[in-house]
Amino acid sequence: MAEEAPVVKDTTVTPPGADAELMQRMFATMHLIRTFEERAAEEYMRGNIGGFLHLAIGEEAAVVGSVLALRPTDPITSTYREHGQALARGSEPRAVMAELFGRETGLCHGHGGSMHLMDRERFFFGGYGIVGGSIPLAVGLGFAISYRQEDGVALVMFGDGATNQGVLGESMNMAKLWSLPVIFFCLNNQYGMGTAVDRASADTQLTKRADAFGIPAHRIDGMDVLAVQQAVSDAAHHARTQHDPVMIEAIAYRYRGHSMSDPDRTRPEDEKARWRARDPLVTFERILLGEGLVTAEELAAVRDANQAAVDDAVAFANDSPPVPETALADDVYTDPWSDDSRGSARMPRRSE
Amino acid sequence: MSTEAAAVSTSYREALTQAMREELERDPDVFLIGEDIGLFEGSFKVTRGLLGEFGPDRVIDTPISEAGFVGLGIGAAMAGLRPVVELMTVNFAIVAMDQIVNNAAKIRYMFGGQVSVPLVIRMPGGAGHQLGAQHSHSLEAWFTHVPGLKVACPSTPYDAKALLKTAIRDDDPVIFLESEGLYAKKGPVGGPDDLVPFGQAAIRRTGQHCTVIAVSRMVWIALDAADTLAAEGIECEVVDPRTTRPLDMDAIADSVRRTNHCVVVDEGWPECGLASNIATRVYEECFDWLDAPVQRVNAADVPIPYARNLEQSALPHAHDVAAAVRATLARGA
Repeated sequence: MAEEAPVVKDTTVTPPGADAELMQRMFATMHLIRTFEERAAEEYMRGNIGGFLHLAIGEEAAVVGSVLALRPTDPITSTYREHGQALARGSEPRAVMAELFGRETGLCHGHGGSMHLMDRERFFFGGYGIVGGSIPLAVGLGFAISYRQEDGVALVMFGDGATNQGVLGESMNMAKLWSLPVIFFCLNNQYGMGTAVDRASADTQLTKRADAFGIPAHRIDGMDVLAVQQAVSDAAHHARTQHDPVMIEAIAYRYRGHSMSDPDRTRPEDEKARWRARDPLVTFERILLGEGLVTAEELAAVRDANQAAVDDAVAFANDSPPVPETALADDVYTDPWSDDSRGSARMPRRSE
Repeated sequence: MSTEAAAVSTSYREALTQAMREELERDPDVFLIGEDIGLFEGSFKVTRGLLGEFGPDRVIDTPISEAGFVGLGIGAAMAGLRPVVELMTVNFAIVAMDQIVNNAAKIRYMFGGQVSVPLVIRMPGGAGHQLGAQHSHSLEAWFTHVPGLKVACPSTPYDAKALLKTAIRDDDPVIFLESEGLYAKKGPVGGPDDLVPFGQAAIRRTGQHCTVIAVSRMVWIALDAADTLAAEGIECEVVDPRTTRPLDMDAIADSVRRTNHCVVVDEGWPECGLASNIATRVYEECFDWLDAPVQRVNAADVPIPYARNLEQSALPHAHDVAAAVRATLARGA
């Protein structure tokens, strides 16, 4: 069974009134991600998006709270459910949608797709398709910060499922052993594909994975964007100033199945309803209005702007030319050599 | 090789150490990381002295976490550093294959060229010391299979040094396969700026009767076989590709079109192996020139056994190469 009541620890849920601009930005970004992904689902059904499409609808608070708590130059890696991280970092919705459509104008020129977005200029170091596989990469990014004596922090986002991959333990051990500024951000959406945490993990308190290495760890409410933002801000401060890794486990819930090909028949309906009732956008909107940080008119303008941006992104992707066939072998290497070993092209005759 | 034997000699092991020392001095972004490479100076002493010279920030001992520290190297390389990762042996690379194949080899391509991975992963491989089935792998074929990787397999001290320097300066991930059996092999080496470009084969011996293509330690058994055969009036041309990806197919095809016979030698297993691949490419590009089927010389199609006699029986030897050359020449057109 999924978690009933996330334990909020070491965080404050009091809106920091001085940060009204940040709070407005957090709402706008969460809403952009929600709008973008709902539209992506429609485009997938229309056949405009291929492969796997993993949606983070319901998880926007964890995504936005963590990304916006960092400096824009702090490197991030993520999973294959990473449209939100790219958008939160400021990637153009056009370029993200075009990548989903597999077009030349996409973030990765159509070589990546939904699972493999990267925006190097914005220090988003990519979405990776093997569960747990990107965790040591983030430790390497943290290592590079430390090696160059810079003051950045690397954040790796992974799911509850990844906590059962051995490489997490290896990565945590190295990060602590070498005092690397890494935030291990576990977005616990309570299911590894269709398997609930308590069916996969002998101890469902996932922060205990960090205890083994002496890494401070905090379990927070991943549906509360303020709690996430506060916790990651604190973690980043700790990692930056103490040169020490931190783990955060944010309990959240995804509203849809694992990917578009998962009809989501195994999770209990009442559980889904219970979590939907805590929708991070609705909750946050109530706070913003209640605290007088935005007006209803301003929220409406944000919604309209996001809808327009997503419509524009889809139109852009639709109108973008396909990836040219000549790009097939682009970017395999930095210095490509001409050696297409597929035989048909190279069967010379002696008489020639 | 006979000309080299007379020159001032450096071991293959020392040649590798020199390459790393010079590159550490040249570029502050270069660092070494691996199991027991610092205080212990490496399982095969390839990093001897480097901890003392460059300190623990640049010569880093790791926990026994191959997937973890290979992944760390990839991440550091994405950030622009130039890690030289040592895996104690090729056998432990199997633990890190997810990082090597899914990350190192794919990152540049799947992210549309936004980052590259200037990483070297060094590791010795090969069998012959009665280390049993789990410590005797030759996995050149596994790595060579994967687009996005480059694969270097030096056979001489000169190439060990020059290819490693090329690898460290290269902007893509390089799998650098050393041979346990060659660490003590001596020969001349180049200076700090002598590099060997990838994809350029070396003709180790010229001959007009049969081309013998061999990689890494197999070059030496091929040369032994060539000596034996010369006494019988058979002149072999021994071609050492030096890198298996990129593969210098032009040099191979050029030789085979002159000799019209071809034997390929590699220490790995015969099925879907390096020799199989090179043989296929020779068939494609030299079909009209071949007077006989290409012969492969490989390890036996079994896990490498412990017992000395069985192990020796499983591995390719000079007499196997000589027999293959005689067979292809006897087969005729």
